[in-house]
Amino acid sequence: MIVSRRWLEALLGQALDAGEAAAQLTMHAAAVDAVVPLHQDLGDIVIARVLEVRKHPNADRLTLCRVDVGGPDGPVEVVCGAPNVQAGKVYPYAPVGGTLPGGVRLERKAIRGVESNGMLCSAKELGLGQDHSGILELATDAAPGTRFVDVVPVADHQIVIDVPASRPDLLCHKGVARELAASLGGVVKLPEIPSGQAVRRSGDATDRPPVRLTGGEGTVDGVRVSLEDAEGCPRYIAAVIRGVRVGPSPAWLVGRLGAVGQRPINNVVDATNYILLELNQPLHAFDLAKLRGPAVVIRRAKPNEKIVTLDGVARALTPEMTAICDAERPTIVAGVMGSAESEVTTATTDLVLECAYFQPTRIRRTRRALQLSSESSYRFERGIDLLGMPDAARRAIELIRAVAGGELREPPLDSWPQPVQEATIFLRPERVARLLGVGIERAEIERLLTSVGFFVAPKDGRLAVQVPGWRPDVTREVDLIEEVARLKGYDAFPDELRPYRPGTVPDAVLEEAKARVREQLARAGLYEARTIPLGPADGPEAVAIQNPLSADEAHLRRRLLPGLARRVEHNWANRNRDVRLFEVGTVFRMGKGEGEKGKGAPEEWHSVAGVITGSQRPPHWSDSAKVPDMDIWDLKRHFELAVEAAAPGCTVQAATGTGAGWVAVQRGGEVVGQAGSLEADSPVWAAPLFGFEVRLETALRDVAPYRPLPTQPPVERDVALLLPAGVTAAAVAAVLARAMGPLLERLEVFDEYRGAGVPAGQRSVAWHCTFRDPTRTLREREVDELLARGLKALEDELGVRRREG
Amino acid sequence: MRDLLAALTELRERLQEIPQADERRLSDLKTEILGRKAGALTQILAALPRLEPAARKQVGGAANALKRDYETAFAARERELKHAGDAGGAGAGVDLTMPGRARWVGGLHLVTQVVDEICEIFHELGFTRAVGPEIETERYNFYALNFPKDHPALDAQDSFYVGGDLLLRTHTSPVQIRTLESYPPPIRVVIPGKAYRRDPFDASHAPVFEQIEGLAVDDGISFVDFKATLATFARKFFAPDTRVRFRPSFFPFTEPSAEMDVQCRICQGAGCPTCKQTGWMEILGSGMVHPAVLENCGVDSEKYTGFAWGMGPERIAMTRHGIPDIRLLFESDVRFLAQFARGPR
Repeated sequence: MIVSRRWLEALLGQALDAGEAAAQLTMHAAAVDAVVPLHQDLGDIVIARVLEVRKHPNADRLTLCRVDVGGPDGPVEVVCGAPNVQAGKVYPYAPVGGTLPGGVRLERKAIRGVESNGMLCSAKELGLGQDHSGILELATDAAPGTRFVDVVPVADHQIVIDVPASRPDLLCHKGVARELAASLGGVVKLPEIPSGQAVRRSGDATDRPPVRLTGGEGTVDGVRVSLEDAEGCPRYIAAVIRGVRVGPSPAWLVGRLGAVGQRPINNVVDATNYILLELNQPLHAFDLAKLRGPAVVIRRAKPNEKIVTLDGVARALTPEMTAICDAERPTIVAGVMGSAESEVTTATTDLVLECAYFQPTRIRRTRRALQLSSESSYRFERGIDLLGMPDAARRAIELIRAVAGGELREPPLDSWPQPVQEATIFLRPERVARLLGVGIERAEIERLLTSVGFFVAPKDGRLAVQVPGWRPDVTREVDLIEEVARLKGYDAFPDELRPYRPGTVPDAVLEEAKARVREQLARAGLYEARTIPLGPADGPEAVAIQNPLSADEAHLRRRLLPGLARRVEHNWANRNRDVRLFEVGTVFRMGKGEGEKGKGAPEEWHSVAGVITGSQRPPHWSDSAKVPDMDIWDLKRHFELAVEAAAPGCTVQAATGTGAGWVAVQRGGEVVGQAGSLEADSPVWAAPLFGFEVRLETALRDVAPYRPLPTQPPVERDVALLLPAGVTAAAVAAVLARAMGPLLERLEVFDEYRGAGVPAGQRSVAWHCTFRDPTRTLREREVDELLARGLKALEDELGVRRREG
Repeated sequence: MRDLLAALTELRERLQEIPQADERRLSDLKTEILGRKAGALTQILAALPRLEPAARKQVGGAANALKRDYETAFAARERELKHAGDAGGAGAGVDLTMPGRARWVGGLHLVTQVVDEICEIFHELGFTRAVGPEIETERYNFYALNFPKDHPALDAQDSFYVGGDLLLRTHTSPVQIRTLESYPPPIRVVIPGKAYRRDPFDASHAPVFEQIEGLAVDDGISFVDFKATLATFARKFFAPDTRVRFRPSFFPFTEPSAEMDVQCRICQGAGCPTCKQTGWMEILGSGMVHPAVLENCGVDSEKYTGFAWGMGPERIAMTRHGIPDIRLLFESDVRFLAQFARGPR
């Protein structure tokens, strides 16, 4: 919402500092996003009176003017090109050396051989409008030389307020002024409408209150009004104004609207816009001549009823929407937009003025269904002042008649089938103290609430608070407590830490598990990435988004790896060759079973994934050769680390099937993770890419028990074994471990060799064995016997023999 | 045999050269004497098998003893030279300005660090972590939180739907409801997690973002406790002298509602483009828990009161580290990640 400082000043009857007003609003009502100065760049422009107009000696279209600019050296010569310049009149004047809006400095120069001392300005040159047909004639008796901005009220500030959905009262100048009056002092009074009184004649109906109807039907000045849809439109005031002259608005009205960024349209429409911005009452004026009947029928639209709205679009209505119709068809989508047909034009002489309250949720649904919003729908959706409507209607009529003439032959008709009064809420001062943490005097509570329009009366130790119609958000005691708190100012409350009781909720195990995995993988040299869980479908079970932003992001991820692979490609695109990333995040799939959220609802769980590509370690100048790139053995180690942290108890096994890779297998045999090479769109200089992913288990981790450190010396043996094709290192290790028993402490592979000296189809794998007895020193002979037993078992079971020589 | 013994005696004398040798000379000596093929001592040792057993024993004993002595001497001199290098620098021919040997390091994402840091601060204030699902029902995401049906307040929460009344949660607030339904007061929880809104990516918006919500409910919790807790957080997170302010706001699930600002870290309150000339930066939305929320969870709203807040770790990270575009946090460019790489906490 944009408000004008000057407009607020007119309502408050006092000068305002825009910055101070913004600060007060921010701290007590709603945040101010910006304060924008308007026309502050007219400081060099002064009032000038033209004394004499002569023809320019060298140009037919130019004149030479002798102009009183209030200077000490008397009148000056000015060359002027405007057709409307006249001796005796007053215009804005920019002297040579002065600056025009936009920062242009006026230079002294000769125009067709005659030097000009300055410039008489048009509205456009001053940034005050589009009119460049002539210079701006001013109606002022201010002395020549007076600053233009001191005479013509154009310098202003826009105050841009971020009005929350709960505060429709702040969507108008009166409401904002009310808040300022509460915090700065003062009263709000509607300013007099210029020439508002002058057109009023005796016998005029303007001063009379609207005729109140509680039935659905009535007539005003020959127009039949029937309110058939009282649910969608609880209250409808209609007035008929005859004999208006539609034309441009007076300067003051154009100025007010311009200050808040609204372009003038015509005097009738401008008048309704003014009331909207002053009182937050949307109005609609439509041409009586185009109204069949003449009748105004407020009813639900018929199925597929058509209307062409003001924006030129043909729209189909539904019975979920309220329509304002004449005797035959809709003329307005209630609360949203009127038809092009019924619009007020320059030919309009008689008009119907609508001042209505439409049910907020009805308007919201209509607006969404038609995808059509307007200033009016925005306000109706938030709730306008149901009780202030007659005053708004009266002021609108007065304003229309002041700017467009016309007369009101009968008082307006006010259809209000189920009248309501201000709501009353009881407020307990002790509840205020309990919630806010400090006691506030009863008198202070009364003063604060009264300052923004609540009516407060003590009753049985409580306060009976009447809620004004413009505050539909205030419906229960706590809302009044908020009013007290904000009006007093949140900063007025202390912020000392007081004792508290510990909570009953245990710390989430899932967060522990995530932290554990992150720590493990970050320590292993991977950076944590955060990708977004939306992407293309990555499988038949992918959960589809029903209203995606784009087709590329229309599904929830089933796995993290595809997203990480895309991040690697992004890094390659930035010439990053060494990329090691991991992510811990949520993944989703279409559910199969019965869940908390119903049958077949999507399932979600947490997953851990990593990608690695590039050098095994950073190069160092002392290296004799290029550092090798990471390969599947780096992948295996990272996968093992991830599984150890994410799914303790699972084992990493070689994957069966095509391609080299591993799986993580639970004790029950379920595969919960896998690792392998990844396909990606890689540049030629990129290293191979590997990835792994494993489901995160959230169980608490077992406490690691202490194992006594050995006190006895180890005995070590190296042994090279010839493995026939098909025999795995894991199988060899298993046989050795079983055959040699608990005295074998460790088995480490330290070499693999194929080639000369090794029979074709076989390979030599060398192991480093460590033996130890925790209670005594092992003898060499015992170890030799153990080793022999192991070798025999290998030969018997796997056909593996020791490599000789 | 006599020749061999003489050669050994000669070689033993040359032991004296070692303590004076520089690095290069030392290396040459090593090759000359112990070299794998042509080393003088190596050759003597290689000749042993050809000798008579008695001679083999005599020469072998002496040769092996000498070999041990050489090895000890070489090792001692190498240590000496190395230490001289460490202490004295270039004198020993080592350029100590050459880069050291590195290894790959990884690190946690900046947003994770910020989340952890925030949770840690609230942990000190008695809050434990609570979490919940990302796919939620409208009841948990909106209605139990006192969002009226068909209300403009829903506009700011434009959501992704996945079927029926199931949507990706627009905030972590549903976990407030889940917590209130599952545990009795006193409740003190912080709720980290992802939230989704139908906002296309731009410099300051992401369709998915991290949120930390907090909730405290007990008999006697007041606006003063609320202000104190959050102001304490701000001073611990930013700096002990951080100025904070609270101002009115609106959220359906809090009443009174407030926004907490901290004084702009960049201009110290003077006004700059980052804080849009206001001198303040918005940090979190908050307020006293709306009694309707408590009632929706079966909690006695006359007896119990509380406060709740929500904040965006991405936004806070950007504020604190001067990151101009939220997309940097999602691109996972390793050069960006490395700037903030800090090991696990």
